[in-house]
Amino acid sequence: MSVPDFAALLERLVFTPGRLAKLALLRDWFAHQPDPDRGIGLAALTEELVFTAAKPGLIRDLAMARTDPVLFALSHDYVGDLAETVALIWPVRAGVNAPPPSLAEVVEALELTPKAELPGLIAGWLDALDASGRLALIKLITGGLRVGVSGRLARIALADWSGQPVEAIEEVWHGVAPPYLPLFAWLEGRAARPDPRDVPVFRPLMLAHPLEEADVAALDPAAWRAEWKWDGIRVQLVAGPGGRRIWSRGGEDISGAFPEILAAMDFHAVLDGELLVMRDGFIAPFAELQQRLNRKAVTARMLQDHPVGVRLYDLLLEGEEDLRPLPFDARRARLEAWVARVAPARMDLSAQIAFASVAQLGEIRDGARAASIEGLMLKRADSPYVAGRVKGLWWKWKRDPLSIDAVLMYAQRGHGKRSSFYSDYTFGLWRPDGAGGEELVPVGKAYSGYTDEELGWLDRWIRNHTTGRFGPVREVEKALVLEVIFDAAQRSSRHKSGVALRFPRIARIRTDKPAAEADRLETLMAHVAAAGALAEEG
Amino acid sequence: MTPLGLHCEPGGFTIDPVRPVDRAVITHGHADHARPGHGAVLATPETLAIMRARMGEAGAGAVQQPILPGEVLRQGGVEIRLLPAGHVLGSAQVVLDWQGSRVVVSGDYKRQRDPTCAPFEVVPGRGGGLGGCDVFVTEATFALPVFRHPPPEAEVAKLLKSLALFPERTHVVGCYALGKCQRLIRLLREAGWEAPIHLHGALAPLCRLYEALGVPLGPLAPATVAAKAALRGAIVLAPPSAIQDRWARRLAEPVVGLASGWMRVRQRARTRGVELPLVISDHADWDDLNRTIDEVGAPEVWVTHGRDDALVHALALRGIRGRALHLIGLGEEEDDPPPGADQGDDAAATAAGHEAGDDVANRGEATTAAAHGVGGAAVRRGGTEHAAVRRGENEHAAANRGEAATAAVRGVGGAAANRGENI
Repeated sequence: MSVPDFAALLERLVFTPGRLAKLALLRDWFAHQPDPDRGIGLAALTEELVFTAAKPGLIRDLAMARTDPVLFALSHDYVGDLAETVALIWPVRAGVNAPPPSLAEVVEALELTPKAELPGLIAGWLDALDASGRLALIKLITGGLRVGVSGRLARIALADWSGQPVEAIEEVWHGVAPPYLPLFAWLEGRAARPDPRDVPVFRPLMLAHPLEEADVAALDPAAWRAEWKWDGIRVQLVAGPGGRRIWSRGGEDISGAFPEILAAMDFHAVLDGELLVMRDGFIAPFAELQQRLNRKAVTARMLQDHPVGVRLYDLLLEGEEDLRPLPFDARRARLEAWVARVAPARMDLSAQIAFASVAQLGEIRDGARAASIEGLMLKRADSPYVAGRVKGLWWKWKRDPLSIDAVLMYAQRGHGKRSSFYSDYTFGLWRPDGAGGEELVPVGKAYSGYTDEELGWLDRWIRNHTTGRFGPVREVEKALVLEVIFDAAQRSSRHKSGVALRFPRIARIRTDKPAAEADRLETLMAHVAAAGALAEEG
Repeated sequence: MTPLGLHCEPGGFTIDPVRPVDRAVITHGHADHARPGHGAVLATPETLAIMRARMGEAGAGAVQQPILPGEVLRQGGVEIRLLPAGHVLGSAQVVLDWQGSRVVVSGDYKRQRDPTCAPFEVVPGRGGGLGGCDVFVTEATFALPVFRHPPPEAEVAKLLKSLALFPERTHVVGCYALGKCQRLIRLLREAGWEAPIHLHGALAPLCRLYEALGVPLGPLAPATVAAKAALRGAIVLAPPSAIQDRWARRLAEPVVGLASGWMRVRQRARTRGVELPLVISDHADWDDLNRTIDEVGAPEVWVTHGRDDALVHALALRGIRGRALHLIGLGEEEDDPPPGADQGDDAAATAAGHEAGDDVANRGEATTAAAHGVGGAAVRRGGTEHAAVRRGENEHAAANRGEAATAAVRGVGGAAANRGENI
């Protein structure tokens, strides 16, 4: 009975915005579904399982053969989504009493059935399912479940459910394949932990805590090492006889998006580093790297316009030797020697920054203007490489954010817990309107930084000062000033104002400041100019 | 030619008129069918009671004449009878016989089981048996083949399963005050939920009325005064306008559900921010609309409101003559918002007293606005997109207007001012 069960899970996941609720739904699935269906369902959710046999066109043809074309067109037009239209419009056949298929049956049959027999096979399944079951089946076999379950979330759910640490699961995850029978056997205490052997698995990254002002004074310069904190994406490079992978910070396989890096990984090691758009050692702002993220296909043009490289932070494994228990200084020495010997293309060392005192380090931090630098990383000289965020070993010391006083222009309702609150704010700055006056131009959108109390206040203010409505969006009187802080400002042709903010958030509500005295666009553009020089630090 | 809905010329009365008239026949108590300020009102005793509860003794009609199913009344040579429609408590079809021809105006109806009202009855044939009328007037709210309502019991089971999975969270379900709310309560009781069901203030008066009219609902409690912690794992019912608004903030980590036929389509549920869509409707779905039309056996079918394009097309395939009347003011009952309506917003509902639980005041205001032909919703929305749609519909309505005046009842196309509400 598990396609209907899977359909019920999908339906809940699709409509559930909350992470905790999603985790609860997944735990329930792991606890109550039999093997191999629970593993197949898991693989389908995380998109590890992809079918290619049945195309959407096949599904459409099946439905068209069973319905009037005008009614189908009207329905498709109303529903929008083809898979959903077919699932809903599929006529129930009297006298069908075949039991609905299990996920395992579906997977096996799709692999073994000759192409010519696929339509009949799928039609038979659709006849045996109800509307939600049909939708789940169609989405499953044509791809695109899109229920908001990342591999990382699924592994956290596995950890919650089994009691094993998520790091331990991460390390074997990519060494097991759907339906993950050895994984479930281990998590249920029925077998030893699966051994990934040569498979290029992901090893959970070591993360840093933000450095608080109170911690700064306690830092002993002799015991700490400093590096720039680059504004790219953190990656783990794994290469060896078992293959090559580029893992994201969360353990997603992003190898496909960066073929030039993959090609350069002609070694046997596991490295930690920052993926950046690099041109001759100069680092471009994050906005450029964004052009390369979440791409299915990489074009020659993208490779040429936004060339990427990896700035190396750490060496986790060299050959088969696990260096993670070694102190940072020892790993660093091994890393430097390794880079000198192997000299991999498109990779360089993240330089260490010498400093004699914390005060001096603070000056170095404040002096870095490049948009591609977020601040400093501080690593304790004797720290082993441990998974996750262990306090006191690594610190991130971000540059103080930039700030502007902007005018609230539009507000939109949030999701989940915030669905009754206007919690997403579009704000703008003044500029000449070309007719001798001033106009506001939107420069960004923020949905964090405020306290619950401030959120309540903003929500009331917006409801009382609404001047227009566009669906879920309200336009408000241009009368409220918000102090917005952000990490960097970058030129952008995609924004009306010509500028994009990196991680803007609300710092303060400036009820004391009249809107006319809010900042002008030029003020923001000055930040862009200051950061415009390509980063050369390091 | 008057924009007054279904007007019976020889009888001198109008069925579900949108503006005050001297003589009205009311099919059921939803606000888009039962409006205040008529002279004489003919309806079932339950519908009259509902009208009095919602619009006061005076608003429910200067003269209120109850008529029981099966009774026959003559008015200007027209024989009038009512038959149960299965939509909500008191809902009825109107059967009109005049000079040998018969028209059945079904109002809103459904064929699914509903423990809170009498089931739909197919009009008996004049020569015995079932079926037999010249014109059947039907709604078409869910007249697309994608709308097939699942058994409501299965939807209620979904709600109970969610309560088992999230026992610490309050489950708040949006449902309309008349009919859906009470049906949901009865379905929950049948499924074994015996705990008190908490109600938003706007739902309480009609629940009391249902009980007084012989529909027991079990223990009910106000949601407004209960402590947050006391509502953990509880079921709270509220008007759809309240579930996503400030009112719901008092609830403990709510799972937000909505009971409506529109929930069949995911995008509809998503845009409403619903976490637990329950496909429970008081309207006939696609199969039941078509089955009913076949059973009543009318050679001609008039479609009052909804997806008349699909239904008229499907009827033509079976050799039945279908006509779209594009009646104004219908389809905006509390039960099911028409596609595209901006139901998610709050100002209208709260301003009119929803938050205070003042259902009567709210209802009165809404109906008065509509009765004046102003169309509150249209004024509030007033976007260019709506205006464009409105224009298109009117052309359509104008084209139809000429044809619709046959037999004993006259269906009339809409006034421009009101059309925005109906989309």
